[in-house]
Amino acid sequence: MNHFEFFNLPVAYELDLAELQQRYRKLQQALHPDRHASGSERDKMLAVQRTAQLNDAYQTLRSPLLRAEHLLALRGVDMQHEQKTLQDPEFLMAQMEWRERVEELDAGDFAGIDAAYKDLAAQTAELQGELERLLVANDNEAAADTIRKLKFMHKLRRELEALEDV
Amino acid sequence: MAYSEKVIDHYENPRNVGGFDKNDPSVVTGMVGAPACGDVMKLQLKINDAGIIEDAKFKTYGCGSAIASSSLVTEWVKGKSIEEASQLKNTQIAEELALPPVKIHCSILAEDAIKAALEDYKKKHAG
Repeated sequence: MNHFEFFNLPVAYELDLAELQQRYRKLQQALHPDRHASGSERDKMLAVQRTAQLNDAYQTLRSPLLRAEHLLALRGVDMQHEQKTLQDPEFLMAQMEWRERVEELDAGDFAGIDAAYKDLAAQTAELQGELERLLVANDNEAAADTIRKLKFMHKLRRELEALEDV
Repeated sequence: MAYSEKVIDHYENPRNVGGFDKNDPSVVTGMVGAPACGDVMKLQLKINDAGIIEDAKFKTYGCGSAIASSSLVTEWVKGKSIEEASQLKNTQIAEELALPPVKIHCSILAEDAIKAALEDYKKKHAG
């Protein structure tokens, strides 16, 4: 299933989010149950199915990470359900240090949490930029590795957010 | 999802947590991570001149199953030769801890940590 085609958008990582949202709303309206109220049961069921597909496609394309993964899947690199481990000692050592840093943060240490968010955002943006370059250059294996790394950064972000929830 | 008793035991009383001095020439390190869940595992082995693993320590950031898998592995590899340790399979870990299918990747992580540590050993003894 090609999510880009669903929206009649070019198959590319670069994407105009406002344009995507606009097309999403239009399709959503066209598929709305009220419009199919007088249709057959089959029509109604199809509309429900298409709506589910539409939402799935929208959520995938809207997220840079999921969009990149989807793009790679279309290029034949399937990362879904993979159980492969990452073995980049330098990156993982940095992850360990990150985890230690987060572990030592106090929920009340706003300045410390703020600084961690900033550092994390900067490192994430750097990887994001690298991912974009690799996808454009069609370097799919390296792009997949960068996506794997970004997943660790997202996990860190969730850990930081959890700290604030306490 | 319920954790098995063995997982809970290792999780609540993890064996061999910590690390060795990485400048000690007999110490090798394996670092692995699971992108799917963001777990990170560091396994360190102390290997003597006869190629026997004398001691093992770990540090894992992850769920209960990941911690239990690494804790179990440090117990298992102690006293084993490099050859024996390299044959350890994730399925043995998963079976011992009764890991459910969604947690199999935790045992894969632990197996790969041993492999990465032994790889580090090879590298250090190549020259």
